[in-house]
Amino acid sequence: MAVVEVKNLSFTYSKKTPYQTHALTDVSFSIEEGEFFGIVGATGSGKSTLISHLNVLTKIQSGEINVLGLSVKEKKNLKSIRFSVGMVFQYPEYQLFEDTVEKDVAFGPKNMKLDKEEIDRRVKEALNLVGLDYDLYAKRSPFELSGGEKRRVAIAGVIAMEPKILVLDEVAAGLDPEGREDILKLIKKLQKEKCPTVVLISHNMDDIASLADRILVLSKGRVEFLGTPKEVFKNYDRMNELKLGVPLATRIQKKLEEKGMSFSDVCVTADQLAHELKRISAKEAENV
Amino acid sequence: MFKDIAFGQYYPTSSFVHNLDPRIKLLLTVLFIVTIFFIQTYFSFLVTLVFLIVVILFSRVPVLSVLKSVKGILFLVLFAAIINLFFVSTGEVIYEKVITDWWTFRITWDGVHNSIKLTLRLIFLITGASIISLTTTPMRLTDGIESLLKPLKVIKFPVHDIAIIMSIALRFIPTLLDETHKTINAQKARGAAFDTGGLIKKAKSMLPVLIPLFVSAFRRADELAFAMDARCYNATEKRTKMRKLKLGWRDLIATLFVAGYATFIFVDRYYFLGLDHVLFPGVF
Ligand SMILES: Nc1ncnc2c1ncn2[C@@H]1O[C@H](COP(=O)(O)OP(=O)(O)OP(=O)(O)O)[C@@H](O)[C@H]1O
Ligand SMILES: [Mg+2]
Repeated sequence: MAVVEVKNLSFTYSKKTPYQTHALTDVSFSIEEGEFFGIVGATGSGKSTLISHLNVLTKIQSGEINVLGLSVKEKKNLKSIRFSVGMVFQYPEYQLFEDTVEKDVAFGPKNMKLDKEEIDRRVKEALNLVGLDYDLYAKRSPFELSGGEKRRVAIAGVIAMEPKILVLDEVAAGLDPEGREDILKLIKKLQKEKCPTVVLISHNMDDIASLADRILVLSKGRVEFLGTPKEVFKNYDRMNELKLGVPLATRIQKKLEEKGMSFSDVCVTADQLAHELKRISAKEAENV
Repeated sequence: MFKDIAFGQYYPTSSFVHNLDPRIKLLLTVLFIVTIFFIQTYFSFLVTLVFLIVVILFSRVPVLSVLKSVKGILFLVLFAAIINLFFVSTGEVIYEKVITDWWTFRITWDGVHNSIKLTLRLIFLITGASIISLTTTPMRLTDGIESLLKPLKVIKFPVHDIAIIMSIALRFIPTLLDETHKTINAQKARGAAFDTGGLIKKAKSMLPVLIPLFVSAFRRADELAFAMDARCYNATEKRTKMRKLKLGWRDLIATLFVAGYATFIFVDRYYFLGLDHVLFPGVF
């Protein structure tokens, strides 16, 4: 079942002024339940604009969007769409404002008008899920945490609302390699345990290739490709033209092919490449 | 994003008026505004209208953008006009009604003329002011103001510091707007409602936006101060400008044009004592 359906979506900023920008043009796609959906595109290609439509932070101009069967055009759906689409923005740590971590995580659930016990339960669970020990962190001020910890608190604030769809805009940006690895692992864990449908925007093709079931490639507000990582990254030249590139594994494969090796399939992750190479060397051993 | 958009209503294009020296534009705008208050006759208003149309044509700004800023104060203008209509009680009476023994409601011809003139004056004033903001970037305006205030250095007025404060503030307005917008969105996504409840509840609901905004403003200020220090910025030294202001032939023509207009208004008022009597005999 499709949880998100986007049909012919177009959006223009500052319409009818000299600053007019066509951020999205005729974008259509749908996201299935339980899918890990990746969105990639160069800077300014409209990714953030697109996802801000998913929970009605941006008013739809033309086209149609249904989230869990509810149209974003109808005002009465606003609350329930907002609460079922959890949004983690670029640099989410800048939205922290309460004096304790606990209160900040509780902000979303409180707005949902849940009762006190349920809020406490969710805050505890969310903090533990993102890997921050409740007893250690609950009473600390979010402003004295490290960047990575802040980001976890911000993500916990969204998780505590128990959304059906989790949307993440470049969550790994600005973290050190270990921090980004941790955050990506966390997202995988969240998908498994809490929120099966995930939409992830990323500039890192390796991350996207290993995580996503399907990828949407945007270029200047239009859909360039839509498909599985293999389907998308076999367009090696076009992806480079779009300044996005391909995963490291695909790049290595390309180099090997130039040297005369032949593969039966595109590889997008290190595992796949290793597998292919093993298969090839086994075949060569047979032939000898 | 907002950062691509200059703050204010600057209309990006290249035109005669855009390319004028900001100092000249500031001085001419002041002259124009002063002149407007000396207008006495409808004929002068007509001349002002023609003058403004010519200026707008030479600025290549769509008339619609100019009218937009007029629209913003329309309510104020109408309010002032109506007050004027009711409280001027000299001249030939049009309508009169005794309300209490100490106040007679009275509309007079003087009141009507006063209201019309006040309305025109205010509209022209806003038009003049919006032309300068539509055709000058805030940065150039600050440069112009700094240059014009330079004589105050003699009395130890910190002209350069004020100017750098102004330009930094202007530079950060779009950034902060952008950030406000993002923070509002982030909190809305967490279910915050900003437009419900009474005044106190509303003010309270702004906290989730204001706190992150202040935190980031302080962080930015800190970083900027660091960056300026690291580049050995020193406001007291004799500094040169990257964009030097230079007067050109355009500025001369513009000055002559506006001065000509102002002269006409003053001549109309003080020499002909109001041309309306001559041009529209019998009406006024
Ligand atoms: N608030 C705004 N006002 C005007 N134009 C905007 C606004 N926000 C974005 N834009 C423009 O719309 C286009 C798409 O922007 P968007 O933020 O969706 O891109 P993005 O793909 O998320 O980029 P990034 O990877 O840098 O986050 C860009 O050209 C941008 O300049
Ligand atoms: Mg973005």
